[in-house]
Amino acid sequence: MEIKLTLNGKTVTDRIDPDLLLIDFLRTHGCYSVKRGCETSNCGLCTVLMDEKPILSCSMLAARASGHSIRTLEGLQEEAADFVGFIADQGADQCGFCNPGFVMNTIALLREIPDPTDDQIRSYLAGNLCRCSGYDGQLRGIRSYLESRREKGGSHGK
Amino acid sequence: MENKEYRSIHKSVRKKDSMQLLLGKPVYMDDITPKDALVVKLLRSPHANAIVRSIDVSAAKKVPGVEAVYTWEDVPQNRFTIAGQTYPEPSPYDRLILDRHVRFVGDAVAIVAAETEKAALTALRLIRVVYDVLEPVLDFRTAKDNPVLVHPEDDWYPPCPVGGDNRRNLVASDVSEDGDVEAVLKDCHIVLERTYHTKAFNQAMMETFRTYTEMDRYGRLHVISSTQIVFHCRRILSHALGIPKSRIRVEKPRIGGGFGAKQTAVCEVYPAFVTLKTGRPAKLIYTREESQIAGSPRHEMEIRIRLGADRDGKIRCVDLYTLSNTGAYGEHGPTTVGLSGHKSIPLYTGNLEAYRFGYDVVYTNMQASGAYRGYGATQGIYALETIVNELAEQLGMDPTVLRDKNMVKEGMRMPAYYNEEANACALDRCMQHCREIFHWEEKYPVRDMGNGKVRAAGVAMAMQGSCISRVDVGSATLKLSEDGTYNLIIGAADMGTGCDTILAQMAAECMDCSIDDVAVFGADTDASPYDSGSYASSTTYVTGKAVEKACAQLKEKICSIAAEMLDCRPQDVLFEGKRVRRIDSDRAVSLEQIAYKSQVFNNTAAEVTASHSSPVSPPPYMVGMVEIELDKDTGLVTVLDYMAVVDCGIPINPALARIQTEGGIVQGIGHTLTEDVRYDGKGRPIHSSFLQYKLPTRLDMGKLRVEFEHSCEPTGPFGAKSIGEIVINTPAPALTHAIYRATGVWHREIPITPEKIALSLTEKNNA
Repeated sequence: MEIKLTLNGKTVTDRIDPDLLLIDFLRTHGCYSVKRGCETSNCGLCTVLMDEKPILSCSMLAARASGHSIRTLEGLQEEAADFVGFIADQGADQCGFCNPGFVMNTIALLREIPDPTDDQIRSYLAGNLCRCSGYDGQLRGIRSYLESRREKGGSHGK
Repeated sequence: MENKEYRSIHKSVRKKDSMQLLLGKPVYMDDITPKDALVVKLLRSPHANAIVRSIDVSAAKKVPGVEAVYTWEDVPQNRFTIAGQTYPEPSPYDRLILDRHVRFVGDAVAIVAAETEKAALTALRLIRVVYDVLEPVLDFRTAKDNPVLVHPEDDWYPPCPVGGDNRRNLVASDVSEDGDVEAVLKDCHIVLERTYHTKAFNQAMMETFRTYTEMDRYGRLHVISSTQIVFHCRRILSHALGIPKSRIRVEKPRIGGGFGAKQTAVCEVYPAFVTLKTGRPAKLIYTREESQIAGSPRHEMEIRIRLGADRDGKIRCVDLYTLSNTGAYGEHGPTTVGLSGHKSIPLYTGNLEAYRFGYDVVYTNMQASGAYRGYGATQGIYALETIVNELAEQLGMDPTVLRDKNMVKEGMRMPAYYNEEANACALDRCMQHCREIFHWEEKYPVRDMGNGKVRAAGVAMAMQGSCISRVDVGSATLKLSEDGTYNLIIGAADMGTGCDTILAQMAAECMDCSIDDVAVFGADTDASPYDSGSYASSTTYVTGKAVEKACAQLKEKICSIAAEMLDCRPQDVLFEGKRVRRIDSDRAVSLEQIAYKSQVFNNTAAEVTASHSSPVSPPPYMVGMVEIELDKDTGLVTVLDYMAVVDCGIPINPALARIQTEGGIVQGIGHTLTEDVRYDGKGRPIHSSFLQYKLPTRLDMGKLRVEFEHSCEPTGPFGAKSIGEIVINTPAPALTHAIYRATGVWHREIPITPEKIALSLTEKNNA
């Protein structure tokens, strides 16, 4: 079947098998940031934005994305670069395999709740597993990004 | 040492690969290897113990796109181990690439290689296997001398004498002791005897096992694998495939976590075999289910301890016996078990008059175990720390005070730790520090919150080693580039731990340059100097020392080239980082000039390789304290506050050391509270996905606080010891203790799930 969608701002048309998962479609189209971690919708590694809302690309058929706009980390480099350095300063990137999904969901979080509390951060990102960091470094990173943004007068607030 | 001003060491610099990882760049195996590789899939046994009577692959081979299907009849018949260990491996040679005898649910029966995943999966379904199903050994307590043999084969081979006997389902067995255990126990006022049980927890690194293989431009087997052990992996493949090591090249890209799982060549042999047979690139990526059921998890252990003490809390004797379940194959079986005693008992060196440590490691028809962060020490420390807490509660003594009285202190010789001396030990300061900032005095008393919830606290100590003494080899190659920067080439494997970065910090410190001026490469068997690999808490300590040595040697070479340029002898110049100067004048040449000179009419290579091994394995130490809130109705345990103070010598990168600690603690919380490993009556695993195997989320770990007490290890680079493994060891005993405080019930098996707590409280109330 043929599908047509917007991938990171560009129109993509492709013939696909009806049972192709969105994650595999995206990786075939060069979006290697999208990772598979569990196959059971438990880990959050494959998080991408569909029409600007976070979804798990391992649990959606590529066909369902037809007519929609998909964004992966490849298409959000600048917005991500804004805050991921703060995660790096904590050393919380570690093995990095969960990072893209975590970063995508954090982008969604910061767009939806520009100034979240720690509890809001934890619950919004609860579906993003990380086996290396123990999570606290990620939280400290986001927290210090928010603080630095506040000091700069909230210029990056959406 | 501590007060010395460093430029690069003891600094929380970013990992060298941070931004690449955080921005999702293609750096892992599946991102960087060709898409047209054959997809490799494995048919796995549905039975725990069976013989393949017949296997018909004709229909599977007819599926369009299927390139090859292999069975036990197609593979070499020489047994090998997939444990990543220095040769001769202590692990028995008990594997074939495919064996007619399948020994656990998930054991490989056939290999399929196809153009697409879909074709491979279709082919798997069309393979017809007739099994002679045998009775399995599913209870490791009855495995030894069981009439059912997991490895009845005649060609079972142990490369090292570790007390194993396949006719007894025994992989290893030993007893060691110091002092007269029975006499001391007889003389003690209190002797506690307890048995503890820990399960085969999964590492559950986010990137599952995976390997890509191809024939390279020289017709050699080129392996790109997510592995911690490139050199061991090359040897394992050479043994398994029967080809010379010179025909194999193994490299690792970035690794999506390992925690020891990738210290075993879990999946490498299958695509390698396909590529060797077909000449075509092949790729095998384990599903999460395969990683869960056919990986290389922690060894299940049952640990029986007799602890002898006096009324005043003097711990005089430890008699510890470990029964370890290695599962269907013996990877790391003979060695993990050793740590359950050797890295727990020495914690109580203070007044110890005698100890005995015995063990048996047995085969069962369950998933084979392997290396997981902590490597047996985790299990032993859980048991010993829990019985010490039981002793404290029985004596009515503050368990931190009990430990103050008995713990190992700096300068003590540790008979239970290979008779090594505790050169650098801040365990006493860790305890004091942790007690203060945790507010132990306030939190230790049980507090009823009046709403069915109770708050309580628990404590535990831990130790580990730094490298396998007299075995591990770390190496570093350091090269000067023409702009005066350096290349550091290593064979150790950064699996997210940050070793590329901390080794660059050491090089920068030694060479008096910026960390940005040190480019790190690793690991590749063709390009890297030999390194046993990243495991056994060895990289900082052993490879770090190799970096120090390499720097010292390179400086000499640089000075000798510079001396020629400055018309003097090498001993008459001074290395000053950016330049080399004559001692007797201001005449100097810049590093850049020296580097360019090294490329013109030059007979001194501006590069060196240095190796390092250690005769000792200095333990890091740690204290962990936890406060929980326990719901008496549901049994739910909420971790409120976890405080840890670690002595890892001098932390090379405090931010990374802290993250290691936090990550280890959360893994420990997982295997104590939520991660359950269960099999059904036929040996089929139930914990096969993240739906059943519950990793802690960021809602499950409470507030973490980590601090460091420095000691200075004289044999380590810049006073450093290890950090990677010890950090997983305190949660199980500390939480077990806190749960006892809250409920009055000792749970002597982990995980302690809410169901178990709720049921124990019902039983207690009915009694």
